[in-house]
Amino acid sequence: MNPYPLGTVQILSILFSLSLLALIIVLIRRKKIREEYAILWIVIFLAFFLLSVFRGLIDNISSLLGIQYQPASLFLILIGFLFLLVFHFSLVISDMKKKINALAMTLAILEESVTKEQKNSS
Amino acid sequence: MKILALILAYNEEKTILDVIKETKIELPEADILVVNDGSTDRTKELLDKRRDIIVLHHPFNMGIGGAIWTGFNFFSRKDYEYLVRIDGDGQHLPSQAKELLEPLARKEADLVIGSRFITREGYLSSFGRRGGIKLLNLLTTFMLKQKITDNTSGFRAYNRTSVCLLAEDYPFDYPEPIEVYILSRKGLKIKEVSAKMRQREGGVTSIGVLHTYYYLVKVLLTILVNFLYGGKK
Repeated sequence: MNPYPLGTVQILSILFSLSLLALIIVLIRRKKIREEYAILWIVIFLAFFLLSVFRGLIDNISSLLGIQYQPASLFLILIGFLFLLVFHFSLVISDMKKKINALAMTLAILEESVTKEQKNSS
Repeated sequence: MKILALILAYNEEKTILDVIKETKIELPEADILVVNDGSTDRTKELLDKRRDIIVLHHPFNMGIGGAIWTGFNFFSRKDYEYLVRIDGDGQHLPSQAKELLEPLARKEADLVIGSRFITREGYLSSFGRRGGIKLLNLLTTFMLKQKITDNTSGFRAYNRTSVCLLAEDYPFDYPEPIEVYILSRKGLKIKEVSAKMRQREGGVTSIGVLHTYYYLVKVLLTILVNFLYGGKK
């Protein structure tokens, strides 16, 4: 099955991905991270975990993509995920900025009407 | 005729009171609304002493587009008919506000822009920025099939239709050129009248000279995306 002996790097990467997976799950339980953002991370760590356990996987992917140097396909996959993640953050930030603007606008108008009422009643 | 004069102020302690005074003299029938966009100088303090004007404070600086948007939303919640925008730094002349409002009252236009480049009098902006303004004008002229000579001018008057339309979904980052674009696509009429401007007395420009071309690229992108999107409908 696995033509390679278990190397130190492999053990390290398995442990690394497992602990990050555990961290995400703990964070979700403690409500420190919203599920919608956690999903992408879980997918990334799972993929990382699978790639570390089944080292043949990366070879298969490489030959499928026509990449000679296997680590390059690993980088490609990782960069792909990171792009997705950063892009997702841009969307979230834009949305938040829009909402913050709407809040500030409403606050400014409300504040004025409240101060005016206070002045009228006093 | 219920008019709202919208004055935008971001760190304009040196000029804001003069602008208010001039506006009151020139448009005695108008309500004056000052939107203080999170100033960090004495602007807020100076404004809060006034009882004769309406003042809205942003809790933090949102940028000029945000201030305009707040003003538009205030307007749309009340029963004003016309809005005229005047900058708090003193570069617009309140004495010309009436000339901007007249075409609205005569129903000749829904948006009136005070243009520096019709008679080319007064302060015309720096050389480097004029190139950018020109390119932008050319592009909008081409896309809207209507000649716009000064699409970056913030000295503008709007009727209720225009304000309510823009208050819904405001182009925050680059208000002036996109405003023209949105209104024109909705079939509203835009007119330019000649206006003189002063070199700004206080405050800092919302667009630095170095940023002019960065700004230009972003505006072009927004217009282009909207153009493609609009073309598919």
